[in-house]
Formats: sequence, structure tokens, C-alpha cells
Amino acid sequence: MTEPRPTDPARPDPGAPAALSQLDGPPAGRRHSALPAHRSGEAREVDDRWLRAERSGGVYDVAVVGAGPAGLSAAVTAAEQGLRVALVDAGAQPGGQFWRHPDEGAAWPDEGRGQHGWRRFTRLRDRLGRLIGGGRVEAFAERQVWFVEERAAVWHLHLTTTHAAVETPAPRLVRATSLVLCPGGYDRQLPVPGWDLPGVMTAGGVQALLKAHRSVAGRRAVVAGTGPFLLPVAEGLAAAGAEVLAVCEANSVTGWGRSPLGAVSVPGKGLEALEYAGALLRHRVPFRQRTALTRVHGEGSVTGATLSRLDRTGRVRPDVPPQRVEVDLVAFGWGFTPSLELVSAVGATTRVDVDESLVAWVDPNQRTDVPRVYAAGEVTGVGGAVLAAGEGELAGLTLALDHGVPVAGSRIEALQRGVRRHRRFAAAMHRAHPVPQRWAEWLTDETMLCRCEEVTVGAVAEVRDVLGAGDARTAKMLARPGMGRCQGRVCGFATAKLTACGRSLETTDLAPLAKRPFTAPVSLGELATTGEGED
Amino acid sequence: MRRSADVVVIGAGAVGAAVAWFATRAGLTVQVLERGQIAGGTSSACEGNLLVSDKEAGPELDLALYSHDVWTGELDEYAGLWEFERKGGLVVAASSTGAEGLRALAVRQRAAGIEVTDVPADRIADYEPYLTDGLAAAAHYPQDCQAQPMLVTAHLLRMAREAGAGVSTGTTVTGLLRDGDRVVGVRTDRGDLTAGAVVNAAGTWAGEVAALAGVRVPVMPRRGFVLVTEPLPPTVFHKVYAGEYVASTQSSEEGLQTSTVIESTAAGTILVGSSRERVGFDRTVSLPALREIAAKALTLYPSLKDTSVMRSYLGFRPYCPDHLPVIGHDPRAPGLWHAAGHEGAGIGLSVGTGKLLAQALSGVAPDLELTPFAPERFGDQVLRETPA
Ligand SMILES: Cc1cc2nc3c(=O)[nH]c(=O)nc-3n(C[C@H](O)[C@H](O)[C@H](O)COP(=O)(O)OP(=O)(O)OC[C@H]3O[C@@H](n4cnc5c(N)ncnc54)[C@H](O)[C@@H]3O)c2cc1C
Ligand SMILES: Cc1cc2nc3c(=O)[nH]c(=O)nc-3n(C[C@H](O)[C@H](O)[C@H](O)COP(=O)(O)OP(=O)(O)OC[C@H]3O[C@@H](n4cnc5c(N)ncnc54)[C@H](O)[C@@H]3O)c2cc1C
Repeated sequence: MTEPRPTDPARPDPGAPAALSQLDGPPAGRRHSALPAHRSGEAREVDDRWLRAERSGGVYDVAVVGAGPAGLSAAVTAAEQGLRVALVDAGAQPGGQFWRHPDEGAAWPDEGRGQHGWRRFTRLRDRLGRLIGGGRVEAFAERQVWFVEERAAVWHLHLTTTHAAVETPAPRLVRATSLVLCPGGYDRQLPVPGWDLPGVMTAGGVQALLKAHRSVAGRRAVVAGTGPFLLPVAEGLAAAGAEVLAVCEANSVTGWGRSPLGAVSVPGKGLEALEYAGALLRHRVPFRQRTALTRVHGEGSVTGATLSRLDRTGRVRPDVPPQRVEVDLVAFGWGFTPSLELVSAVGATTRVDVDESLVAWVDPNQRTDVPRVYAAGEVTGVGGAVLAAGEGELAGLTLALDHGVPVAGSRIEALQRGVRRHRRFAAAMHRAHPVPQRWAEWLTDETMLCRCEEVTVGAVAEVRDVLGAGDARTAKMLARPGMGRCQGRVCGFATAKLTACGRSLETTDLAPLAKRPFTAPVSLGELATTGEGED
Repeated sequence: MRRSADVVVIGAGAVGAAVAWFATRAGLTVQVLERGQIAGGTSSACEGNLLVSDKEAGPELDLALYSHDVWTGELDEYAGLWEFERKGGLVVAASSTGAEGLRALAVRQRAAGIEVTDVPADRIADYEPYLTDGLAAAAHYPQDCQAQPMLVTAHLLRMAREAGAGVSTGTTVTGLLRDGDRVVGVRTDRGDLTAGAVVNAAGTWAGEVAALAGVRVPVMPRRGFVLVTEPLPPTVFHKVYAGEYVASTQSSEEGLQTSTVIESTAAGTILVGSSRERVGFDRTVSLPALREIAAKALTLYPSLKDTSVMRSYLGFRPYCPDHLPVIGHDPRAPGLWHAAGHEGAGIGLSVGTGKLLAQALSGVAPDLELTPFAPERFGDQVLRETPA
């Protein structure tokens, strides 16, 4: 058993700076109000800088899980409509994956460097600060929801600290009438030979290091995979001084032309792409289409990579010799996998999105089909931070409405129009950037599939072909991919693809993998004493 | 009509797989039909304890000992395929009354042919160094074994296939073909199949399949939860459980009962079981059940307090009112056979069941008397259960 590597929390950003204003909430201008609570108070064992929980208990109107673009918008909007809100996030400060930023406790005059839509974030943060100060929002930072249950029409969220070896401070239970699930997602991974070598990172992981720690993961890099998120990562690396040898896009970006409806629906996105293209040009980073990084080389750590030309189906072209490059960093981005465990735990209906991700089904108001449960952001479909924030705000207003607060219909409709437009755009993006059909042909039997349990591609092929495992769940039972510490968050998608043998993934392939009754790990000791003295 | 197969087996769980393998090996042509994936039912929602220690003298123990001989005899050459281990069980008692109960049980079990060693309190650490101090007594059962249930199921099916059997997944049996009284085949959502014998190995759903023939086989669900920890260095060496477990397997209580069964797996994780509740097919994850399982496990292994639990799962044990399985021909619907209702022991009992049923199907007198397991023993009336 190897030491499992932590799941990479950061993800890509289809986020568009130019488009951010479109969905913006209340006007700016309230920015110079009181410092938010997160600036005051000193660090305790568990960081409470943006937390002013009164530990009052009681039943909140709403509990929001996740303080990324979606959750932050939902919490702020609902609280400004007069609801009493609990906001829970595993991170120490708000922002989620997209607005991940340096430690607010230290002085970073340029904390917004490399960010998109940063003003939008700081406005949301200011509003949150005021709401916390006014007692309308209680924020629980560095807490993970490990279990969710409904008892007597009240949602119960069981919390554990994200700090190992620190006892979870009270309250370990948050109760609320309604629930908004905004847990985001994580980088989707596709194994290739050598992808488990140190020096191979997810594109989102590279981005998170840049954003939160201003640190560059390597000196000579290739950024590879598919989708627009490769561009900001390459640009970020180049701007931070790394030599980026190439951006390898497995698809052809002329694919965009095929879905004109989606592409024109959010003009800002096109501008953003141009902006990145310009930046890559300045840094002399070649952009290679229909090219994949099909093999990572190195012993102990990455020293090289093979770049191969692909045909339309994703097969390596036999007529074009592969290129071998020397690198110490490989950043892979294959899109995102939404975190579906909370959605699955409340029993909400799921569907498979255009990018073959399992996502929550929601109505045009962000309601799931479980009463008093709403979802927003990546969990309803990957589509970038602007969409996530718009959905969060829409969920916040719907919540108010459902709690009997009058809300102007026009405001809801405007948000719905924005969400629809961004959804169309996201669908077009996904259609243009599929996982190459014949990706599995790049693999060898020895290619590692599940790093936690050290299960190879060959082992999964064997249970599929010899034992008759016809889906990912059965393969997991028989060969153990996804049984380890990360519980299939990393290898689940690839395992599903390998067992589906070329057919598109369906809910029945993915839903069993997303079922994780413990939505985060919890110690036996905490489990044994949960609820003690709290109900 | 031409016969599609000598035997159609409904259900590709451990029991159906064992029936398929032994029937094929006995020279019969076999077709297995499974509505989901192989091992997709309770056989992938359980633990891998193959126990003799938790059984009182009687027909279930006879079947367990017979199965033990099959596992360690003719199936021994395949042991590696399904992570078979002769681990031995260690049953512990916390109180002196518990200890007396343990000793008395051991006396009865020895008389029935089980090997048991009494372990005094001061020797327990020789077996399980991380067990809590201050236990009153323990008993060691060298015949208790462990296997990986999904691998058992998948490999038995593969072996049957390689010997000529057919296995169709994604095929639901929706009716039985009749010729007068006789059951002569099955109707599925993918067409009809005729057969000399139809074996109902539908586990917890066997009652529904029996109902297709108009006969009553009272198999009901008994829900159980199991916790899985992160992988650990070796900490638990036997199957360790509390003496009260034996009482709880025999009980018909409706409310939540939990009793600790702890085992480590080949992958380094520890499985902590389990609970028993009669709540129908309710799949709601019950925190009270999980909490109680965790709390009881910590009384045995306090050092696991900071160990992470990665996940939990639940399954529905197929149980009959008298806690015995239903195995054999059903005279009420000639041509229909049953192999179901093994409750919390269906993995361990699968191979004995499969072998005995294959003998009966081929007209050979089974090695073990099947009368105690007769499908018609409950009559057609709905019986009132009597709590044990
Ligand atoms: C093309 C593309 C480009 C992108 N570019 C970037 C980029 O440049 N940089 C970047 O960082 N992201 C990028 N993203 C992803 C971007 O992060 C998302 O679009 C956006 O953050 C989604 O917002 P969210 O609110 O849904 O989720 P998130 O921002 O992921 O927020 C979710 C929050 O929920 C918390 N959470 C989850 N589960 C639990 C739990 N059980 N208990 C408590 N808290 C929990 C998490 O800690 C997290 O803070 C990109 C995405 C795409 C598609
Ligand atoms: C928590 C828990 C722990 C347990 N621990 C142990 C243990 O340690 N040791 C042990 O020996 N046992 C244990 N058991 C019990 C064991 O799991 C069961 O007794 C055993 O799996 C039953 O196997 P089966 O083949 O009869 O049923 P299943 O595995 O459920 O197989 C029945 C199959 O029939 C199929 N089916 C049903 N209806 C139809 C239809 N109409 N058409 C087609 N297919 C159909 C189902 O889809 C299913 O796959 C445990 C059970 C639980 C719940």
C-alpha cells in the first residue's frame, strides 16, 4: 500500500472575467463598510478568522455547504433577504476553488493577482462580513460535512474538522430547515502510462498552488488534456516564470464552430479565450491541437513526456512520429468531476451531463427533487465560476421565496436567463472537448489506474473480460479500484470508461460510484460519540 | 418445445454461483439469469466470514461444517482466487456471566464436532494484542475462515462458464412457464427459456420469485450495516466478535440490534460489523446504527479511536422465520427448486448448498439430509413469527 496522495482539490476555470459583470448582484459602492469579521480575531486551534459562530445552535432557515462562487452567492443572497443562514466550508477562508487566494491573515496587498472576477469576490466577501457581523450568517470554516440526514423535517449536518489530530470544536451538528448544496468538484483525471510519477499534477492543482501560495510547481512544463482551462494554467505558469513547452489540446478547437448557438451565447468567453491566446503568444507557448501527452517518463519523478498526434477518434496517428520532450512538470486537465456525495446522500435525482459527469437534477429555480434541498454550482453541471455564482444567487432568491419572503419575479427571471445562456455555452464547450474516444488505447496493462489501492488497468481489464464485470461498481468489487482512501474520487470516471467499453456513460454507471454515505472521512471515535449532548 | 437447459438458476449471487458450478460439474447444462450484474445483490453487501463458531448444534451447524469441508477440501485448490484464509475466530466475553455462557456454548459445540479452545483472560493478548484489557474470557475457533464474497461469486461463475454454463446478466425473470402443475421454464424480459429444473437462488427476493409460481417461501429482509476503516498495519488477526453475537443471529427482534464483528481484509482495511434490523428494504443510512457499531467496536479495540472510517454499506440478509435456509425441491410446484434464505451466513453456506442441491438435481441422494430446509415447511399460511 502506498501512502495515498490527497485528492487534488483545485479545479479548472472556464470562468470568464469579461462576463462576470453580467450576473453581478447588488451594485458596488458598499465596499468601504465595516471590515468583515474574517479580518478580526486571532487564530485559534481551528482557524476562525471568518467565523463568528455564536454556537447558539437552534434551527437555521438555511444551511449552505460550500463557500465557493455558488455557495457564497447563495448564502449572501438568502441572508440579505432576511433568512438566518449557516455557511459551512472545508476551507479556512471563503472563495472555493475559483477564488482560492493567499492566507488572509498575512499581508498580501496584491491578493487578487492572477484572479478573475476578483472585484466580484471581494464584494461578496464584504457583504458576507457585514452579514456575519449582523448575526444573519454564521460561518463554520475548516469544517467538513461528513454526514447529512433529515430528522423530523429538519436537515442535520454533522461536521468534522479538516485538521487531523485536532478535536472538532462544538457545534458538531448544524440544523436547518433548508439545504443548499454547493460542494463544487475536483479535477477529472485520466490515467496514461507514468501519470502516477511525482511531478505530474492536475491542472487545477497547479493553479491552486499559484493562486494560494504563489508557488510554481516546476520549471519546464507541458500542460495537456482538453478544454479551455488548459489556457489559464499555461498562462499562469508562464507568467510565474516557468517554461511551458506546449499546451496539448486533444481535440480540435475548430470544434467550436460546430455549435454556434452555444458559442455566441456568452460573447465574453470568446474574448477571454483570445486574451489567453494572446498571452500564450507573448510567452511563446505553442498551442498544439489534436495532440495528447500519451506517456510520462521518469524514474522517481518526471523527466520527460511523449507528445502524440491524434486522429479524430483519439487514436495515436501511426504516420506522425511522436515527440519526446524533457520536462519536470506535467499538468493534466480533463475537465471536472462534480462532488456528488451530498446530493446522493439526500437522495436527490441525478443525471449525466454533456461531459459525462454525474450531476444533480435541478428545476429552473435550482430546486432538487428533494423537498427543501437546493443545489448550485459545479454539482448541477460544470460550467465555470460565473454560472456557479449566478446559480447560487438564484438559489438564494428561490429560498427566500419558498420561505415566504416576497421577491421580484423580474429579478429571478433575469438570473434564469443568465443561467440558461451560460448553460448553453457550457454544453457547447463540453461537446467540443470530449474525452478522446480511444483514450484507453494509449494505456498499457501496467498503467496505474487506482493509486490508493495500486490497481492497474490490466487488473480491471481482466475482471471485465474474464470475470464478467459489466460496470464500474462490479469492477470495484472485484479488483478494488476506488476502494481506497479517496473512495474513487480520482479513478471513478476512468474505471467507468474502461468498463463501459466505448459506450457513453449512464447514470447507472456513475451513481453507484458517487454513493458515499460518509461524505468525508470521520474517525471511529467521532462517529461513536456523534450527537452526544447536541440533541 | 426443446429444452434450453437442464437447469435455469435465477440469481447470480454466491448461492446461485455455487449451484451453477456444482450442477455444471455434475454434468448438467446450466443457464444462470441475473437481473443486475454478477454479485450485485446481497453477496456484495456483506462480510466474508465463514463461521462455524456462531452456530448452536442443529441443521445450520451441520450445513456449516459440511460447507467447511467443501471449502477446505475440493475447493482448496482455488483458495487463492477468493482470498480464502483459515484465520480462526476469537469470541470474547466481557463479564463473568458472559464467560460462563461462552464456556457452556463451547461444550455443546464440541459435542457437535466443532473445534474450540478455551482461552483464559491472561492468554487473550497472545491471540489479539490490541484487544482491550480486562476481558473475562475468550474462545478460539480454528475452523472459522474468511473469503472475499464477490470474488467467490465471480470465480464460481467463471468456472461454471468455462465448463459450459451460460450466464446472462441484465435479464429479469418475470414469470414461470407451466405445463399443468409443473414448472418447465422461465419467462424473462428478454424472452422465454425452457428447463428441466428452475432453481430459485434470488436471495432476499426469493419470496417474490416463489410467488411467481404461486407458492409461499417466507424469505424476508433483515438490514445490516458495516463500517470500513482506512487501511491499517496489521491490528486484527482473527475474526473477533463478542459472545452476544451468537444470540443476536438467532433473534427475530425488530428493533436495532448491533453486535461487534471485527475482521481485517487482505487490503488492510478493517470491516466493523454489524447491525440487524427489520425495516423492509429501507435503504436510508441510519446514523444511530452506525454510531452504535462504532461505539461497540471501540469497547473492544479502544486504540482504533482515531482511525478513519472511509465508508459504510448496507445489505439485506435473506432470512426465514426459523432462521434456516430453504433448500430443495418444492413439491407444491414440481420442477421448481429453491436455494435461498441463508440470512447472515449465505457466503459460508453457499458451497455446501450448491453441492447438495446439485446432488439432488442429478437424482443422487444428497450427502446431508435436506428435510430441515424443506421449502414447504412453513405451509401456505402466513406464519406468526416467534421471537427466539
Ligand atoms: C473551464 C474552467 C476553467 C476554470 N478555471 C479555474 C481557475 O482558473 N481556477 C480555479 O480555481 N478554478 C477554476 N475552475 C473551476 C471553478 O472553480 C468552478 O467553476 C467554480 O469554482 C465552481 O464554483 P462552486 O461554488 O460550484 O464550487 P467550488 O468553488 O469548488 O466551491 C465548493 C466549496 O465547497 C466546499 N466543500 C465541498 N464539500 C464539502 C463538504 N462535504 N463539507 C464542507 N465543505 C465542502 C469546498 O471546500 C469548496 O470550498 C474552472 C472551471 C472550468 C470548467
Ligand atoms: C451486513 C451483512 C453482513 C453479512 N455478513 C456475512 C458474512 O460475514 N458471512 C456470510 O456467510 N454471510 C454474510 N451475510 C449474508 C450473505 O450476504 C447472504 O446470505 C448471501 O449473500 C446471500 O446470497 P444469495 O446468492 O442468496 O443472494 P444475493 O447475493 O442477493 O443474490 C440474489 C440475486 O438474485 C437476483 N434476482 C432477484 N430476483 C431476480 C429476478 N426476478 N430475476 C433475475 N435475478 C433476480 C438479484 O439481483 C441478486 O443478484 C451478510 C449479510 C449482510 C447484509
